Amino acid sequence: MEFLRPATWEEALAAKAEHPSAVPIAGGTDVMVEINFDHRRPTHLMDLGRIRELREWEVGDDTVRLGSSVPYSTIIDQLATELPGLALASHTVGSPQIRNRGSVGGNLGAASPAGDSHPALLAAGAEVEAESVRGTRFLPVEDFYTGVKRNALAEDELIKTVHIKKAEGPQQFSKVGTRNAMVIAVCAFSLALHPEGRTVRAGIGSAAPTPLRARAAEDFLDAALADGGFWDSGRALPPSLAREFAELCSGACNPIDDVRGSAAYRRRAVGVMARRTLGWTWESYRSTCSGRTTEGGSQCA
Amino acid sequence: MAPATGPTGTPTRLDEGAGTRAGVGDSPLRPDGTLKVTGDFAYSSDMWHEDMLWGCTLRSPHAHAEIRSIDTGEALRQPGVHAVLTFDDLPAATTHYGLEIQDTPVLAHGRVRHHGEPVALVAADHPETARRAAAKIKVEYEELPVVHDEASALGEGAPLLHPDRDDLPQGPPASSGPGGTPSAPHVPHPNIVHRQPIVRGDAEAAAGRADVIVTGEYEVGMQDQAFLGPESGLAVPAEDGGVDLYIATQWLHSDLRQIAPVLGLPEEKVRMTLSGVGGAFGGREDLSMQIHACLLALRTGKPVKIVYNRFESFFGHVHRHPATLWYEHGATRDGKLTHMRCRIVLDGGAYASASPAVVGNASSHAAGPYVVDDVDIEALALYTNNPPCGAMRGFGAVQACFAYEAQMDKLAAELDMDPVDFRQRNAMSRGSLMPTGQPVDAPAPVAELLRRVKARPLPMEAQWESVGGETDVRALPGGLSNTTHGEGVVRGVGYAVGIKNVCYSEGFDDYSTARVRLEVVGGEPVALVHTAMAEVGQGGITVHTQIARTELGVTQVTLHPADTRVGSAGSTSASRQTYMTGGAVKHVCELVREKVLRRGRELFGTHHPAWATAELLLEGGKVVTDGGEVLASLVDVLGEEAVEAEDEWRHRATAPFDLETGQGFGHVQYSFAAHRAVVEVDTELGLVKVVELACAQDVGKAMNPQAVVGQIHGGTTQGLGLAVMEEIVVDPAAKVRNPSFTDYLIPTIADTPTIPVDVLELADEHAPYGLRGAGEAPTLSSTPAVMAAIRAATGRALPRVPVRPEHIVEV
Repeated sequence: MEFLRPATWEEALAAKAEHPSAVPIAGGTDVMVEINFDHRRPTHLMDLGRIRELREWEVGDDTVRLGSSVPYSTIIDQLATELPGLALASHTVGSPQIRNRGSVGGNLGAASPAGDSHPALLAAGAEVEAESVRGTRFLPVEDFYTGVKRNALAEDELIKTVHIKKAEGPQQFSKVGTRNAMVIAVCAFSLALHPEGRTVRAGIGSAAPTPLRARAAEDFLDAALADGGFWDSGRALPPSLAREFAELCSGACNPIDDVRGSAAYRRRAVGVMARRTLGWTWESYRSTCSGRTTEGGSQCA
Repeated sequence: MAPATGPTGTPTRLDEGAGTRAGVGDSPLRPDGTLKVTGDFAYSSDMWHEDMLWGCTLRSPHAHAEIRSIDTGEALRQPGVHAVLTFDDLPAATTHYGLEIQDTPVLAHGRVRHHGEPVALVAADHPETARRAAAKIKVEYEELPVVHDEASALGEGAPLLHPDRDDLPQGPPASSGPGGTPSAPHVPHPNIVHRQPIVRGDAEAAAGRADVIVTGEYEVGMQDQAFLGPESGLAVPAEDGGVDLYIATQWLHSDLRQIAPVLGLPEEKVRMTLSGVGGAFGGREDLSMQIHACLLALRTGKPVKIVYNRFESFFGHVHRHPATLWYEHGATRDGKLTHMRCRIVLDGGAYASASPAVVGNASSHAAGPYVVDDVDIEALALYTNNPPCGAMRGFGAVQACFAYEAQMDKLAAELDMDPVDFRQRNAMSRGSLMPTGQPVDAPAPVAELLRRVKARPLPMEAQWESVGGETDVRALPGGLSNTTHGEGVVRGVGYAVGIKNVCYSEGFDDYSTARVRLEVVGGEPVALVHTAMAEVGQGGITVHTQIARTELGVTQVTLHPADTRVGSAGSTSASRQTYMTGGAVKHVCELVREKVLRRGRELFGTHHPAWATAELLLEGGKVVTDGGEVLASLVDVLGEEAVEAEDEWRHRATAPFDLETGQGFGHVQYSFAAHRAVVEVDTELGLVKVVELACAQDVGKAMNPQAVVGQIHGGTTQGLGLAVMEEIVVDPAAKVRNPSFTDYLIPTIADTPTIPVDVLELADEHAPYGLRGAGEAPTLSSTPAVMAAIRAATGRALPRVPVRPEHIVEV
């Protein structure tokens, strides 16, 4: 196995063009496990550790530009306001040691359906900036996952940055595991309210071959919130509405039975998490509305 | 103060005998503790030798297959490879080993019987070279039908795991087995390793007196010991044709007895030294890489190190027997047990390991710590193509406890009685009879232990709610995974109590050996204690220093490394080492003390009449009278001489269980623990947070109170793991599905509750210091207590552990 250590981003792109089978490694929390278990023996490993800009982030007007190697612990400590859903998801990644090493870029590169950051990226809205010696592409994150542990990167491309929409409303993330810490997701769910556009986005993890958005559930909720004037009134949501949203989220799943859980349980659990996270985010949204307690009060959004 | 003089002069240093510190009953620091916490402790996997080679094991990808051919040519041609060995390369007539039945091939011969069975070995100058070479060994397999449960093991035409087994010496078979294969009265089918019925009284007649009868079928999954230090060791060939083996194990001499014949060497040419052991819990009773490393070292003439990685470790040791248990209990309206019947089927996997003894334990503890005169019990272990199962903390008693405690709750509910009250009405006490007819002839404070855990105040409700209205998800099911802020969460409380034997049973000649030397080093009396006891983390070495201090009145105690240059210490299992090797150290210290006093009388007897008349003790480095008067310092008594003694020490004898009635004085001692579990269950997601697991246990004598509490914390947590997460998943093709810590989950600190511990010290007069083996009992009752609490919260029957979220929410 050859070990490549590019000093700059340009060198990394050149090396990747020259050795398309090279596997990039940053924190190594996925790649090294695969190598230790002998699941893969890449011809080349490419260490991205010397490329400083991959560990940098920048908060813009609408988005956070997150370098692909920024570790989860940094997201938790520095970006919880801008990226609350992703920060909650980052909290559930492995142990403190893993969170110090692992990164969103690694999660995207591995493209495991169980990756913890995916539902939060899907709910917030994000674009993956992929680059090669041929140029740069911006891929909406929902188009990035193409199959179990497969993604839309060309073989000469590397993930440089993830552009994540800054939160304009409440976001939540929930993950079911059979242990109260350090556990791979049985299934996961993230919900983001986008009051400016009056939309919601829901991301589901580990309940289908790829992470996915619960589009039908989102459409239903968008319509129901609009029709009922909930965005303006900030009224409490009727339980029937939350139930239907939950059922549609369950319905979006296409899970399997495996050692971590049954398909039926995953469907059930995604529904429960959808209902609860809708309750939490909506309560949080309402609490920001000044007029929610007065009859015909002021608009919330 | 008189000046010091020579050994024949006047005794000196007659100042007050300072009491012995850090002796029995104190909690001195463990000598290995700081090293382990700071990462400086040398484990067996850390060993290194100049010019050493690395060994690698090729394992079967199939659970059951015929081996048609093995081609090692390509592997041997790889540069850096020094040897490739298969069954055909074994040097001696003995090619199998085993704890009780020698049915395990050192390397597979013609057939593999379980997923991960060793097939070939490679030694190379680099671990990666060895791994690659192993991958180049071509093995042609022909898959065979798989035996994976009772039906497939005992059904018509079932493939026999060991058609040529010769371990059934009970004369002519009562009924001949299938195809004229061997069987015996107690083993009705050759795919049954061992069977033990226990019949006392008349359960059928007693059932007629019952006002209520409850039945249940329970299941226990395959738990792993999950010790953190994987199997590893270093074999160094010696000039005399022998081998020195540095190894992490639980019993050096048991390993030796199995290793030497396979190497074709006399035992004295296989010299074993214990190296740093990273946990055991029963998983190191069987051999793993010991013989393999020695074979490679002897073949290559070079030191060979083998270290399993985590994946291989899951295939490298036996696991806890999965079990199916059918139970029936009856009781009168006033809450007295009338009878119990049960059938316990344990899955022993492909090889016998400790299955016969586990069967003996499961059957003899099947009724639990309760008085029930009419019993009809059957326990057996199967041969299957599943992973071999053997010793694990609790050893058969764990499986039984899960079932009988569920039954107690069912009976209490049926009788509308409090579950603790019901248990107390039936609790055994000193003098009660076991189902085997053996009287419990030591304190058995079962009712008191239950009273103590019940009397504790309950932990605060809704601990996740903080004053500011914020939710602390760490106090909720799901923890940081943020699955609930209180929605769907219901609290449950459950109780359980268990009984576990201590030491080896059923007539086994269980002994331990100690060698103790007392001499003056640097002007101070120093005791040197030499045993072959395996320190696996239990704290035995700390206790040995405490015993030597107390018995010999010294401060300085040196521990000799454990090796086979001293006699056997027996196994570090069955909660027996403090009892047994502690007992041996105490006994030999007494021999040394007698010699010292004899020498003192010879040297100084004329100086003081008390030398002849008083009861003399060694205390604070002095010879003192029982009245506290100092007669001489040990330094003077010893002079230049070293006083040494060595002896074997035995517990009282036991007898085998009758093969048909199960009657017999089978066990040495019993230990008891009770738990109260308080859980919060997310009833919509099926997730569990154990809030508190209070334990009360009788330890006879807390030799090292801090270590005792540590054992109880550890056992309690391991029992919690079995209740809610720990299981090796084996599919119907007998393949292991989750051999990693990614998917075999053990409790983290976020899963570990507060564990308040109440230690009782009711002396057992048969045991040294009155102590009672403490390591296993807390593992028993922890699991059923947690399950009782989850049942209380959910109202569901939950007859299986580990319980999974889908069982709790029933999807």
